[in-house]
Amino acid sequence: MRDVRLHAGIPVKPVYGPEDLAGRDPARDIGQPGEYPFTRGIHRHMYRDRLWTMRQYIGFGTPAETNARFKYLMAHGQDALNVAFDLPTQLGLDSDDPRAEGEVGRVGMAIDTLADMEDAFAGIPLDRVSVSLTINGMAAPITAMYYAVAEKQGAAADRVVTTPQNDILKEFVARGTWIYPVDPSLRLVGDLIEFSARRYPRSNPVSVCGYHIREAGCTTAQEMAYGLAIAAAYVEMMLARGMAVDDFAPRISFNFTGWGKIFEEAAKFRAGRRLYARLLRERFGARSPKSWMFRTLIGGGGSAFTVQEPENNIVRGAYIALAAALSGAQTMALPTYDEAYTIPSAKAQLIALRTMQICAEESGAADTADPLAGSYYVEALTNQMEDKILEELAAVERMGGIVEAVKTGAIQAEVARQAYLFEQKLVSGEMPKVAVNCHVGDRPAEADREVELYAFDPRVAERQVARLAAVRRERDDRAARAALSRLTDEARSTANLMPAIMEAVKAYATLGEICQAMKTVFGEHKEPIKW
Amino acid sequence: MKVLVAKPGLDGHDRGAKVVAYALRDAGVEVVYSGLKRTPEEIVAEAIQEDVDVIGLSVLSGAHVPLTRRVLDGLRAHGAGEIRLVVGGTIPPRDVDALLVLGVSRVFPMGTPLPEIVKFFQEVTP
Repeated sequence: MRDVRLHAGIPVKPVYGPEDLAGRDPARDIGQPGEYPFTRGIHRHMYRDRLWTMRQYIGFGTPAETNARFKYLMAHGQDALNVAFDLPTQLGLDSDDPRAEGEVGRVGMAIDTLADMEDAFAGIPLDRVSVSLTINGMAAPITAMYYAVAEKQGAAADRVVTTPQNDILKEFVARGTWIYPVDPSLRLVGDLIEFSARRYPRSNPVSVCGYHIREAGCTTAQEMAYGLAIAAAYVEMMLARGMAVDDFAPRISFNFTGWGKIFEEAAKFRAGRRLYARLLRERFGARSPKSWMFRTLIGGGGSAFTVQEPENNIVRGAYIALAAALSGAQTMALPTYDEAYTIPSAKAQLIALRTMQICAEESGAADTADPLAGSYYVEALTNQMEDKILEELAAVERMGGIVEAVKTGAIQAEVARQAYLFEQKLVSGEMPKVAVNCHVGDRPAEADREVELYAFDPRVAERQVARLAAVRRERDDRAARAALSRLTDEARSTANLMPAIMEAVKAYATLGEICQAMKTVFGEHKEPIKW
Repeated sequence: MKVLVAKPGLDGHDRGAKVVAYALRDAGVEVVYSGLKRTPEEIVAEAIQEDVDVIGLSVLSGAHVPLTRRVLDGLRAHGAGEIRLVVGGTIPPRDVDALLVLGVSRVFPMGTPLPEIVKFFQEVTP
């Protein structure tokens, strides 16, 4: 018989039965949906009361172009936005910085000043639409710009729902948009969490991501373990800053992938919810049930998609949507079938949105809470995943804890090692991929490449640089300089930097200037190169 | 055979670069990895200092054409035009020829099987 092993290394038996659940207490471990420890989901009726939010990741070119795509998807039933920023924006470089050459407006939209953020959300009421901002190292200034636009629109602060990613630890592990050294980077994460908790009570000021670490190569169990370790590090930091756990923990959210084997994914999330609830309640003493809830976006994971026969990715997307629904996602996002090649076309974005809508309306996956509960296989697997995740958490402790492991590069090296092991399984065929290592068709490789491509317009950078120059010319330069100098001064103190950043943003200081005002004090991160 | 696997520009995705670095090392190639976000000038300097035979650039941001051009210009300006350059990452088909015309020895677009990359390095003569 064929040997089957999950990504987490767990062997799968050909059949499961009641003996696989012997010795477990269903009331304690499984419980009811909407009740501690939330194994079955964080809401009692799950999608019968409220469907998951559909939030495709979008952003390219200038803010005006991105604004048009936002409106296109909203007109087709997307109910929330997930903004992609270009790399110069993510790294705090202005569009006219020499290091930004070739990168302006490429992988997301370019933001240089508050004026750009105003264009990006023109005609989109920020007291009614929830917007997640995929921004980390520059989360504090970009979120400050977002708050400033909401204020200008007249939105009440307690109606603004935004989720800046603001998870810098995972950037050091994977994805790489770090700027400052680890400690001042963490301070900025904390400043934004604290400021938002006090002024913008419905914002979710940190979205802890296992997603990117998994995309970088780690296993399912590691994805959950590293995410939980990072969340715990932020909770500890906020407690050390003097906040009460129930004053910020209810607004912590998560971002994970769901692209693997369907039942392994469901088990990963069921075990993760249980572990997180226990962590918050037992280790951190949270009293509010909202603090115990693992609220998560479950997304595709472009690494599941292939460049060979790309139309097959539409089918893969449908299975990912099903896995996310069966895993209890609060929000869903799918990669697009052309994503292995290019920035998604409007057509590909629409197919991804329609995939989630078909899953919601037609498949029946949303009809009842946690439909997999009680399955011998899924319950046994949930228990085994819990054990695996705990093993991986213990491994992180042996590296000195997640913050230390990030500083030494030990965790980056482990993720790279896993990526290589995974690649070897693809080469050997142990990890099957249709049209890649099995059922390989005779279609010539060139024919695979006839997907409609998003054509990047090189004039985007010229338009963006011209806009930046105009803003610099028209602003009150003295006010901008004064705000930047205040920011540098406060970076030397232990003050929360958000008020100074808000002042700089409103004076139309550029993102590059704001980044530099802090870099003068913080310095730059030096990557530990371990592989 | 000595290779510098390098990440130019602002892109922070290093999975592909590290996987290739591991595979080459296992195939007996001496490998240096640059780390993330190196400028083309830094990559040229490191390649010369390490005395490598080949530089492998990994770019997933879409900025591969200007970054590659700057690395090639830098190599020529430093009299190191004999160092070969290969490029991998999310390179759309229409850009493959453009990179070859610039002077790149080989392009490995997304979807290239790992053994094919390793084979290239085993067959190329320093």
